[in-house]
Amino acid sequence: MPESIVTILDVAIGGLLLGGIYALIAMGLSLQYGVARVLNISHGEFIMLGAFSTFTLYTVVGINPLLCLAIVGPITFIIGYLLQRTLFTSLRNSSPNQGAYEGSSMLATFGLMFVIQGIALQIWGADYRAYSYLNFGVDLGGAIFSANKLVILGFAIGIGVAFYVFLARTRIGKGIRSAAQDPTTASLMGVNINNVLALCFGFGAAMAGLAGVLYSMRIPLNPAMGLQYTMIAVIIIVLGGLGSIPGAFLGGFILGIIGEIVTYFDPSLSLAAYYFIFMLLILVRPKGIFGK
Amino acid sequence: MNITAFTFKKSLVPGLLLVILVALVTLPIYGSLYNVILVTSILMYTILTVSWALFSGSTGYMSLATAAFFGVGIYASAIFLPNTGAILPLLVVVVIGGLVSSLLALGIGALTLRLRGIYFAIFTFGFVVLILELGNWWEHAVTHTRGRFVMLVDNDVIFYIMLAIFVLSMLTTYLIRRSKFGLAMRTIGENEEAAAHTGINVTMVKVTTFAISAFFMGAAGVIWATKLTYIDPYVAFNPFFSFMPVLMAIFGGMGQIYGPVIGAALFAYLQETLQTEFPYYYMLIFGFVLIAAILYLPNGVIGLIQKLWRRFTGGKRANT
Repeated sequence: MPESIVTILDVAIGGLLLGGIYALIAMGLSLQYGVARVLNISHGEFIMLGAFSTFTLYTVVGINPLLCLAIVGPITFIIGYLLQRTLFTSLRNSSPNQGAYEGSSMLATFGLMFVIQGIALQIWGADYRAYSYLNFGVDLGGAIFSANKLVILGFAIGIGVAFYVFLARTRIGKGIRSAAQDPTTASLMGVNINNVLALCFGFGAAMAGLAGVLYSMRIPLNPAMGLQYTMIAVIIIVLGGLGSIPGAFLGGFILGIIGEIVTYFDPSLSLAAYYFIFMLLILVRPKGIFGK
Repeated sequence: MNITAFTFKKSLVPGLLLVILVALVTLPIYGSLYNVILVTSILMYTILTVSWALFSGSTGYMSLATAAFFGVGIYASAIFLPNTGAILPLLVVVVIGGLVSSLLALGIGALTLRLRGIYFAIFTFGFVVLILELGNWWEHAVTHTRGRFVMLVDNDVIFYIMLAIFVLSMLTTYLIRRSKFGLAMRTIGENEEAAAHTGINVTMVKVTTFAISAFFMGAAGVIWATKLTYIDPYVAFNPFFSFMPVLMAIFGGMGQIYGPVIGAALFAYLQETLQTEFPYYYMLIFGFVLIAAILYLPNGVIGLIQKLWRRFTGGKRANT
């Protein structure tokens, strides 16, 4: 193959490998903002929690990081569920309107970010940490990618598709979709709205936690790493259309590919490029690419 | 007797303000160096909060661009007042920092006019991080530095300039709130369509106020940088400074002009004390305080005091 095509393939596959994580993070935030109407600034902290828990479970207890998915997922789900049941429900009841609720819940999650980061600093300290797992090269038609990146992509797609089927096929999934369209009408139709919103927030937190478990295999960890991923998730859900789960999933891969393309030319500009695209998008097409 | 009560009441507020001002102006004489530095940072947060509330409090547009305007001021300081020697006089740089921030606010305001609600907040926040990343890239790729050093300025000078900016921002807020312009802003906050129909030039009012509020943020940034002495893009465009004014204004209560001032002063004091007394638990405690304030003080400290006062006086006055 000519050199240029190899490069393009390299960049495209690299983008997909990065996009899997992004898709998972964004789906989580999309559930929290699109349905529960909480623009969760502390979303990235759940990624950080998932990543650090995996680090400790693997290096201290010796549990396989992939098994950690089954431990971290339920725990982050419960934390998210309880947060929505207590904190955000009482904010929702005391807010005069939707706009006020979105504002105050966003500020509350800013406080939550401090709390979670504060706890993580107590437990793990401020240093960077990393571990090595499945860190060997796999030959994919000439190009070599590390095995853990491929495993991450596989699990990310698996979790994303499983959740989509859950939304489309089950009764609870139907309740979530109806709450996304109109919470008031949904509650009139017999949907237990407080429970559904709490489930959404829980699932959102769990996805961030799972993404953290997977991502910890390929990046160094630090208690302050969360906010960056929160911002990436916000960019993707605006890109895919606020509240659209498939939009968030596809948007994650699109942003991953864009990131790899920019990184190919100048690695230090990739984050700036994300924000630039994001601001352009808000101005030109705030509904997102897949928005109706 | 009624007349004396009336004049007493009327002169109470200006008298109190005068006492506070005199106490502040003479602080370097009787206060310790630590107190001067502490009050300087409290004043800085108060300026940010008051000028944030000037725009966002009345128009209802939640701006998270504060860190961008503040950071532009900080960078103006680093460029014109390097540690190798000042290029321009300090006060001129303060004005330059303010003006550049204002210009930036004019541009952002003109771009984001169509955005409502959470979109405006997201956009302005994205703008802060975009500037941060571009600044980082610029320092790495073009100037090949990590950060910059700002020249040393006497603590008392920093304090007095900060105080002057604070007084100016308060005066401006007071005058704008009393003017037709302030009324137009509140009308936009109540209902933008109705405001446009009554003949208010909605665009002009919003953009102008945004630019005025950015001026004080930028000016405060210039003088804050001389206190920091070392800056880099992470320090200058720290998103923390976007959220703090919002939380401080809410903590104080936005119904009254003095609400954001009290909120900022209390909060900044709390933050500085926590940071020095409990450096390890600072983030944890601060986060809980933030959440508690949002949950239990929807109308801020001022709202709480008014509620207690009404209970104390037996509810003789109507709930206003």
